[in-house]
Amino acid sequence: MYLDEAPVLSVKNLVVRYGAGCGLCRDRTSQSMEKNRCMACGAVWAVNDISLDVYPGEVLGIVGESGSGKTTLMRALYFDFIPTSGSAVLRDYKNGEKSIWEASSAEQRMLKNSVMGMVYQNPVMGLRMDYSAASNIAEKIIAAGSRNAAKMTERAAELLAAVEIMTSRMSEAPRNFSGGMQQRVQISKALANNPALLLLDEVTTGLDLSVQAKVLDLIRKIKAKYGISILLVSHDLAVIRMLADRTIVMLDGKIVESGLTDQILEDPQDVYTQQLVHSLI
Amino acid sequence: MMNRNYNFAFLDEGSKREIRRAALKAVAIPGYQVSFGSRELPIGRGWGTGGIQLTLSLIGPEDVLKVIDQGSDESVNAVNIKKFIGLCTDVETTTKTSEATVIQTRHRIPEVPLTNRQILIFQVPIPEPLRIVEAREEVTKKMHAEKDYAPIWLQLYESLVKYNKVTIASEYPCMVSGRYMMNPSPIPKFDNPKLHRAECLYLFGAGREKKIYAIPPYTEVISLAFDDIPFEKENFKGKKCRLCGSENTYLDEMFDQHGDRFYQCSDTSYCQEVRDYVSG
Repeated sequence: MYLDEAPVLSVKNLVVRYGAGCGLCRDRTSQSMEKNRCMACGAVWAVNDISLDVYPGEVLGIVGESGSGKTTLMRALYFDFIPTSGSAVLRDYKNGEKSIWEASSAEQRMLKNSVMGMVYQNPVMGLRMDYSAASNIAEKIIAAGSRNAAKMTERAAELLAAVEIMTSRMSEAPRNFSGGMQQRVQISKALANNPALLLLDEVTTGLDLSVQAKVLDLIRKIKAKYGISILLVSHDLAVIRMLADRTIVMLDGKIVESGLTDQILEDPQDVYTQQLVHSLI
Repeated sequence: MMNRNYNFAFLDEGSKREIRRAALKAVAIPGYQVSFGSRELPIGRGWGTGGIQLTLSLIGPEDVLKVIDQGSDESVNAVNIKKFIGLCTDVETTTKTSEATVIQTRHRIPEVPLTNRQILIFQVPIPEPLRIVEAREEVTKKMHAEKDYAPIWLQLYESLVKYNKVTIASEYPCMVSGRYMMNPSPIPKFDNPKLHRAECLYLFGAGREKKIYAIPPYTEVISLAFDDIPFEKENFKGKKCRLCGSENTYLDEMFDQHGDRFYQCSDTSYCQEVRDYVSG
């Protein structure tokens, strides 16, 4: 990773609020908040004033308990919804001068298909289960403008081989695949157009240990081979320890601690991080 | 004999004017689906009311009308529409393609090339080419606006992956003037090339869906095809019409009472013309 280079992704003061909010909860110091929920109006501040940078070739881990805002952050970055406030700039979009959430929907599609790749925790969200594995990969390539079927098939075969799925199964629909295979098809799809940034949301959750190991090993290989920047969300510290260069710890929509992964895991400073680390060791 | 209890061509003049305005807008933006206020007719929606409304709005006393259904002049749909329009206009009707000035069709383009004094009006059940990939109208409108046609290309690619060929036989999507993707109504893809740079005006009316769209004369209409896999229409190689012997027309596959297969021209008037010509 190259911390002295311009970040691939830079997020500033991101807020995602579910519900309209009220005068009490908009005042961030208000006593009306219980964890990230406003007791007065019921609004949930799923992501509350988060800033982060992802550098070239870096794996940035995001760890935290369920409901801490990890997935919401990832889905906002992948345009599944537009956040309440904040900005995010990509080095490969308008030279980092315009927030991705100000992009037109055509530009957003371009960013989703060519600059970013996303692997959802639930493969149903990231794959077309009724289309073949090859078509799932081709979808990204078509969206990026290619109209050459032979090249699409060649690329799909190459990517499926890279994630250790037999090319003889590329015409099968992912609904016939195991959970681990579906995750690997998602990873292939995310890599289809050589994205600069890969968003991995709990990619190993729900998989058995041997499949988890395969997927993690695959991500490590992808990082080594393609040098892609990766934003990796997990609630599993073992995954973070294995893959992440730097780590952010989230709690109730806020960042409570960040730093080098070894430093976070070996010498946690925040009380919550200490609990998290000790609960797992 | 015309029924004088109704206005000429059944619809009131205001309605006809509105439909003509929609048609003009459709001609101005080839392939774009123009919304219009579909009128009530003494025929159920989905039975060709879009095409009938266009025909009624455009037809004049001097016109010669031909109506075909799947290529046939004698089918129930064609005969009844012809009878209805005849009752409220008294225009001359014909089965000969070359004699007609207005041709209303369901699911075929005649074999005889059309000229620039003719209008071909299609009855369209589902005008939206993106409907098979997206059910929401608000989304398909946005997709057209942004020229986001990737899902249709994905459909074609999926077909290649599964069957090694594009298996869409009718309603084969095409790009009009390089801008809008269009559903050419359920004509067989055999007829798609006839849309490209044609001399006549093509108008498409969908009464139930309340949409009109058009292909003006000499417009570029390209059926979707990948760079390395060209568009292919149906191939009737080695087959010919049992009645007229034509080998270059769209053939219907049929079976006789013994279960034997035979082929016959889908365009019945063309078939008859060939037979008349041969018999002198």
